[in-house]
Amino acid sequence: MGDLITPEIRSWVGRSDPPQRIEVTRRDIMKYAIATEQRLKKYRRGDEAPPMFLYDAHQSLTPITELRSDGLWVDTLLPELPLTRVMAGGIRHEYYRPIKAGNVLVLTRTLTDIYEKQGTSGPLIFVVYAMRVESENGELVMEETRRRIFR
Amino acid sequence: MPRLSTLDVGTRLPERTFEPTSVSLFLYNAAIWNAHRIHFDESYTTEVEQYPGVVVDGPLQGDWLSQVVTEWLGEDGELVEFEYSNRKASYLGERLRSGGVVTAVDPATGTATVDLHIKNAQGAVISPGRAVVRLRA
Repeated sequence: MGDLITPEIRSWVGRSDPPQRIEVTRRDIMKYAIATEQRLKKYRRGDEAPPMFLYDAHQSLTPITELRSDGLWVDTLLPELPLTRVMAGGIRHEYYRPIKAGNVLVLTRTLTDIYEKQGTSGPLIFVVYAMRVESENGELVMEETRRRIFR
Repeated sequence: MPRLSTLDVGTRLPERTFEPTSVSLFLYNAAIWNAHRIHFDESYTTEVEQYPGVVVDGPLQGDWLSQVVTEWLGEDGELVEFEYSNRKASYLGERLRSGGVVTAVDPATGTATVDLHIKNAQGAVISPGRAVVRLRA
């Protein structure tokens, strides 16, 4: 295994973002449903959010001048990594309650792992996050595990 | 909505074709508030990040995988678990095809497991996935 993951980088594992409170609007669901070409009426009408609706919903909304040169937002839950180009990795979800228009949700994200792998064209760093989505009353709505890959 | 009692391992879910365009990618990235230039800035994508073309978002493919199941289940469907991996990149202009197959039926828990895929025009699985759904007997 390589030596890209320093003890300083590894020490970030276990940290969490401040909880992010979001209001789910019918209009935002409808926009998402159109953009993803949903066919079910409950999504097209914005009654209920499709399973992947909360993708990136935890991000802090920052001014344009604070975005990275590649357009991505700066992830404050990560230290500076020796590899900087980002690829999507994958997701795992467990669903407990449907997300409906008008819901207020609290999203809490934790960095759970950082590891290195050798890819076909060089080293890769895998970053794993766990996100817990709760209602305002603390009921569990959804859990997410997400992998991002740096090359 | 399909019933658990009518399902067999090997039951196929309806396939669907997706042909993302610069407009559909723009709307998706606007909806998730994502300005990553590999999804709209062709010269940056090919010259700086050295991809062969504008990249179709991995999570958009994830969404299309989830739709294989949600469309099959219909308006009253209940998705319990869902997962996918972005194994191989896809580029603007490619035609993608989604589908799935039932791999397990468990009457004790009232659930079925479905393997999912998105294939590119060459027939390679670029994003595999899996879902667990709850169904009436």
